[in-house]
Amino acid sequence: MKKYISDLRLVSTEELSSDYFLMKFTSNEPLPEMLPGQFVEVKVDNSPTTFLRRPISVNYVDKETNELWLLIHAIGDGTRVLSALPVNSIVNMVYPLGNSFTMPEKASERLLLVGGGVGTAPMLYLGAQLYAHGFHPTFLLGARTASGILQLEHFERFGAVFCTTEDGTMGEKGFVTQHSVLASQPAFSRIYSCGPKPMMMAVASYARKNNIPCEVSLENTMACGVGACLCCVEDTQKGNVCVCTEGPVFNINQLKWPI
Amino acid sequence: MTASGTFGYGPEFSDFIDVTRLGAVIVKGTTLNYREGNPYPRMAETPSGMLNAVGLQNKGVNYFAEHIYPSIKGLNDNIIVNVSGSQIEDYVATAEKVAQLDGVTAIELNISCPNVKQGGMAFGVTACGAAEVTKAVRKVYPKTLIVKLSPNVTSISDIAKAVEAEGADSVSLINTILGMAIDAERRKPVLSTITGGLSGPAVKPVALRMVWQVAQAVQIPVIGLGGIMNWKDAVEFLLAGATAIQIGTANFIDPAVTVKIIDGINEYLDRNNFSSVQEIIGALEV
Repeated sequence: MKKYISDLRLVSTEELSSDYFLMKFTSNEPLPEMLPGQFVEVKVDNSPTTFLRRPISVNYVDKETNELWLLIHAIGDGTRVLSALPVNSIVNMVYPLGNSFTMPEKASERLLLVGGGVGTAPMLYLGAQLYAHGFHPTFLLGARTASGILQLEHFERFGAVFCTTEDGTMGEKGFVTQHSVLASQPAFSRIYSCGPKPMMMAVASYARKNNIPCEVSLENTMACGVGACLCCVEDTQKGNVCVCTEGPVFNINQLKWPI
Repeated sequence: MTASGTFGYGPEFSDFIDVTRLGAVIVKGTTLNYREGNPYPRMAETPSGMLNAVGLQNKGVNYFAEHIYPSIKGLNDNIIVNVSGSQIEDYVATAEKVAQLDGVTAIELNISCPNVKQGGMAFGVTACGAAEVTKAVRKVYPKTLIVKLSPNVTSISDIAKAVEAEGADSVSLINTILGMAIDAERRKPVLSTITGGLSGPAVKPVALRMVWQVAQAVQIPVIGLGGIMNWKDAVEFLLAGATAIQIGTANFIDPAVTVKIIDGINEYLDRNNFSSVQEIIGALEV
């Protein structure tokens, strides 16, 4: 897929929850095609301690309004400056980068999309694309507390949504891998996941135990985003590979996780 | 030129720029045998720069010659292979293999990588070691031989003079400066290798000083690099005595930066009524 460097204009920023921001960008040109799981390298200006671009997952692409949605967790200097930008700011992006989630083979497949924290971001776009292709995905979203469950109303447009919170303030109490929907029948035939690494490892472990194909999206620290610097490598069955080009989506069988 | 290890093999950037416009593409560090590189994490962002500890991950010179070279031949008129090793015999064998590739017009001898345990920088930190490896490669490599120098030394001019005396056609400098990043909360080093190489604008003043010193010390052309982010930085290196410049870490921030720098240098020359870039090389008024 052709990659672009473009200046996008910030349309709106909405604080969904403390430190979580939904930022919508548009362009004068029609946005290029983006696949679920792909990411954008965002240039952050006016942050003296931010040198590199910030890799951010595609949260959603609204073709009607020509908008690209990014879900930002403002945890460092770069993401904080980004989330505080005024509307109409021009932000430079290199995109679309990376591979994408594999689309299911059969129309009858029962799909589970598991997201945790800001890792729910690519699950929305994946869910939207699956829905557009006639699938009815099931979403399982996890957070520490109710305010960490983001974009619920958007997920509900594309499938059934189940939640877990560690404190029990929304959905079932506990971790995603403890949710009762996992025991529902017929069993899920494919799992996609993105979130904190311990969560993804637990999901991967569940998938392997139950012999369910599973893909996870990694977020190793990156510099270039285009496979030039070899900084973001993950140790895989093929050796060290760049997460930015060979990933960010990996089948769990490619990884050397101790699961 | 593009600095080794910051531009992949070239095609990674062809969506963003016309790669034929560059003076040369220097491909990533190539060794005799396959190298897995260092474990993740290999990178730490630092103020105005970054540390890397990639550790020369590459598939070895034979793989390069058979699988990568055919696909990049012709990408640019000057494809330069950065050659590294941990012993002199490895450098020689790699250079011999690269010499057979018609489309490769030069070798950049990397005697300055700070991220491999054996060799690499070990050759580059003494005039004697630098001379020895240059001499050995010179014997087997008839085309242009550039030697990339380490800044992690007391006198870079002495090392430049030593490699010039052994027949190097040019020197390029600087490679990264050895540095370190610590995660205070975890009380651990950020990099798996504890130390790594610093690059980006943070190193520019050091690089500029060294280019200036080396340009005074040797007769062969000096290629300047280290933290060049825009045309103005590039012009400063030319004024300090660099005959050519390399763009490295800036490629990560703006994948189209190289052609912007070429345009910017040309505009600078026009604005100041210079008819050729030759007129500003070493033209610093002191």
